[in-house]
Parts: sequence; structure tokens; C-alpha cells
Amino acid sequence: MNDMTTPAQTASGHHGPPPPAADHPVHPIGIYLKVWGLLFVLSALSYAVDYFGAEGWVRWVLILTFMILKAGLIVAIFMHMIWERLALIYAILLPPLALGTLVWLMWIESEYTFWTRILFLGGEG
Amino acid sequence: MSTIVRKEEVHGPVADHSLQAFAEDWASDQEVFKAVHWGKAMMWIFLLSDTFIFSCFLVSYMTMRSSVTEPWPNPSEVFALSFGGQPIPLILIAIMTFVLISSSGTMAMAVNFGYRRNRRATAALMAVTALLGATFVGMQAFEWSKLIFEEGVRPWGNPMGAAQFGASFFMITGFHGLHVSAGVIMLVIVASRVIRGHYDRTGDYSAVEIAGLYWHFVDLVWVFIFAFFYLW
Repeated sequence: MNDMTTPAQTASGHHGPPPPAADHPVHPIGIYLKVWGLLFVLSALSYAVDYFGAEGWVRWVLILTFMILKAGLIVAIFMHMIWERLALIYAILLPPLALGTLVWLMWIESEYTFWTRILFLGGEG
Repeated sequence: MSTIVRKEEVHGPVADHSLQAFAEDWASDQEVFKAVHWGKAMMWIFLLSDTFIFSCFLVSYMTMRSSVTEPWPNPSEVFALSFGGQPIPLILIAIMTFVLISSSGTMAMAVNFGYRRNRRATAALMAVTALLGATFVGMQAFEWSKLIFEEGVRPWGNPMGAAQFGASFFMITGFHGLHVSAGVIMLVIVASRVIRGHYDRTGDYSAVEIAGLYWHFVDLVWVFIFAFFYLW
């Protein structure tokens, strides 16, 4: 029932390769090569952050920026997310936002553990 | 019946991104993810669950690293390789990153050629993807053995600093490497079905796209591991 059969396929039966899927947008190959190139540049830039030894806030902001740009390009273009319907986009991309709460809670927890170790365990552990 | 209904709901090459279309999809009786192959929807939901698993590892790594009182081993130095006496920081990890990104690029093109019904190009690009994936796993094996046998890193301790370093490293990169290995096996299986004309007979190349989603996800996870574990 759920098979994505194309009209052309039902017409020609099962002989020979069917024509390109009619209900599937086929994008030019160039877009993948461009994204590939961009990902290479972004990876080189994030490697440069380490190679040239950026420190402190500069380092963290640069690492996060390049990471988010790379992740966005992979999800949007390589995984075709921008061509999907909103129903699927929201179902997949919204739930991970809950992870912010986990990160926040565990950050508080780790601060507590750190100071416990400093104050009561003499920096051990 | 449902097939006829869904054909009319495909809005051409670009999906309708209005909030009304979104609400209609979720309010409909039959199915939410319209014009999406069921296998693709299931793969996305699996990847969502996998996102939470990898996030648990990365968050526990954050918790450990920010709660230790001993210095955290500097990844830039731990993962440096020497060529002719001069150590280059993180060089192996950088090469692994480029290998995995390249494999994602070839995979994206394989999916594209699949929808063009180009059997040979699809299978060839998938084979290249699998080969790059196997290269990645090989380099990871090299990295692991260097860390275990030369640097003396163990899950319970290491000579460089905080003991939790080894546990985080082996857990996170090990679980990711397992995903890459499983992906290579899956790619080989799907590519061999492509070259034998299986999807030409069924008229449905969705399996290539679904395999591609998984493969891009493995690359995506590496982006986060590279940023948080190796660069931070």
C-alpha cells in the first residue's frame, strides 16, 4: 500500500530500468560538489584553530561556529532536509533541543562535583 | 486508495513549508509523513534515537572533563604524529575528518545517481564510499593501537593526566567506529543489490537514499566528536 510506485513504472511493467522517479526532485550534481568543497574549507578552518593554537573564548567560539555550519550543511543538503515537508523537519529537528536541559543540569552537577573534590577531598579524584 | 490520495498531495519538487501544510499533515487521519518512503521515515526516527545515545556519551564526557581536578590530557599533543622528528598536532584526526567528509560527498552523489536510474554510477560511488569508510576504520585502529601500546592509555588511567580521558575516548570513538563499520557492511550489501539490478526491477531506489541517510549521520556525529573531543 505504501509503495512509492511511479506511474511510468506501472505502465512499463518490470522490463528494463524505469525512468527517473517523477515524484522525486533530482538536483544537479554541482550542489553536492559545492557543499563538499565548503565542508573541506570549514574542516580546514577548524583544524587551523588547533594548529595555530587559538585559546580561550576565541577558540570555543570558532570551534562551535565551524561545527554548527558543517552540521547544518550535512543535514540540510546531504541529508536532503531542506527538501522535506515541515511535518518531518520538525519531528526530527525539534526533539534534540531537549538536550539543552541535560547539558545544563549536568554542567551544574559537574561544578558541584568539582568543588566537592577541591574542598573535601583535597583535590583528589 | 491511499496511493491515489498521496499522489495528489505531492506539491512538486519543493515541499510546502507553510505552517498550514504542517498542521494539515499532523492532523490527517492516515499518515503524517506524506510522500516519504516509510523506510526513510523510520531511518530518520532511528537516527533521532541515535542522536540521543551519542549525546549521552558527549554529555557524560563534558561532565567528567569539567569535574576533574587533575589536568585533562591535551588532545592536540596526544594525537600528534611525527614526520621526520617534527610533531604535527592532530594530523591523523584531520586526515580522518577529510576522508569521512569525502565519503559523505560520494554518498550524496550516489543517491542522486540512484534517482537518475544510473545503476553503474550509483554502485561505483557507493563502493568508493565504502572504501573511504573502511579507510577511516583502519586509521582509527592505528590510532587506538598507538594510544594503547605506545602512550599507555587505558579506560581507567593514563600517564598524561585525568584518568577519565581513556574512558571517554574509548567509549565515544569506539561507538562511532562501530557505526562506521556497520555502515560499510550496509553499503556493500546495498551496492551489490544496485549492481545486480535489484532496484531497477522493483523500480524503487529508496534503499540507496536510506543507506545514505545513515552514512551522512555517521559523518555528522564525527563533526561533533571532532569539535568537542579533539579540538576543545
